[in-house]
Amino acid sequence: MTGQQSSIPCSEAVRQLWNYLDGAISAADQERVEKHLSFCRTCCGELEFAKELRSFLASNEAEEIPPDVKAHLERFVREL
Amino acid sequence: MRRVDGMADIGVQDRTKEAFQKMAVGELPALYSLARRLIRDGAEDLVQETLIRAYRSFVALKEDEAGARWLKSILVNVFRDELRKRARSVEELPVEEVEDFSLYRTLVEVDPLPYSDTLHLDFLRAFGKDDIREVLMRLPMLYRAPLVLRYMDGFATKEIARMLDTPLGTILARLHRGRKRFEAEMWAYAEETGLLIWEADK
Repeated sequence: MTGQQSSIPCSEAVRQLWNYLDGAISAADQERVEKHLSFCRTCCGELEFAKELRSFLASNEAEEIPPDVKAHLERFVREL
Repeated sequence: MRRVDGMADIGVQDRTKEAFQKMAVGELPALYSLARRLIRDGAEDLVQETLIRAYRSFVALKEDEAGARWLKSILVNVFRDELRKRARSVEELPVEEVEDFSLYRTLVEVDPLPYSDTLHLDFLRAFGKDDIREVLMRLPMLYRAPLVLRYMDGFATKEIARMLDTPLGTILARLHRGRKRFEAEMWAYAEETGLLIWEADK
């Protein structure tokens, strides 16, 4: 595959970063992204920030259910 | 058991009903949290509609331990139906609108927290739960739903495509646009609310 690698611009690398982190891109695209990251410090920064943002979203506190809404919904379940 | 329209002929046994109630009550906080992230108003209605649909098909649920995800996927189905009702007012945004925005680069260029050694992380930490919800609500529903389901609730993209009854390629494109839009809205929100000035003064 290495011989088929072609360079991609920053815009394309950034577009692929989240899918790259998800493991949701083809092997060929993965190689292209990694090749780009091997020499582009800005996109390496974008990658790190994408990781931070993902982790931030995943750890975002759940929306709390107000006690009165919870009580009302529990009553609703019992009435089904 | 007879109080909800359409339930009369379903024949859910008392034991099954009890099992459903136990599972549903345990999942109410998670269902409500997901509903609040998907819609600005009407989270309780969305949960109620979910409970009605779930109760109707509970007998088909084979594994109790799958209940949590099963209930969430029903909630997403209800949400999807709501989205379709509003389809005419929901439009795909041209990708160019947000394609060029990079929150990472914007932060480097503007450097809103000049004393920070971990600028990007500190920017994210300035956002509390309510701030994130407000930013999410600024996104069109089409983009908000895949983003919440993928990155906050941990559903796989294929699962999201199935739940929203949308081709996988479309979901991937909406995730990309949604992420870009989310970054742009985070920046706009921080500027509008003075979030960073306040953080810098702490």
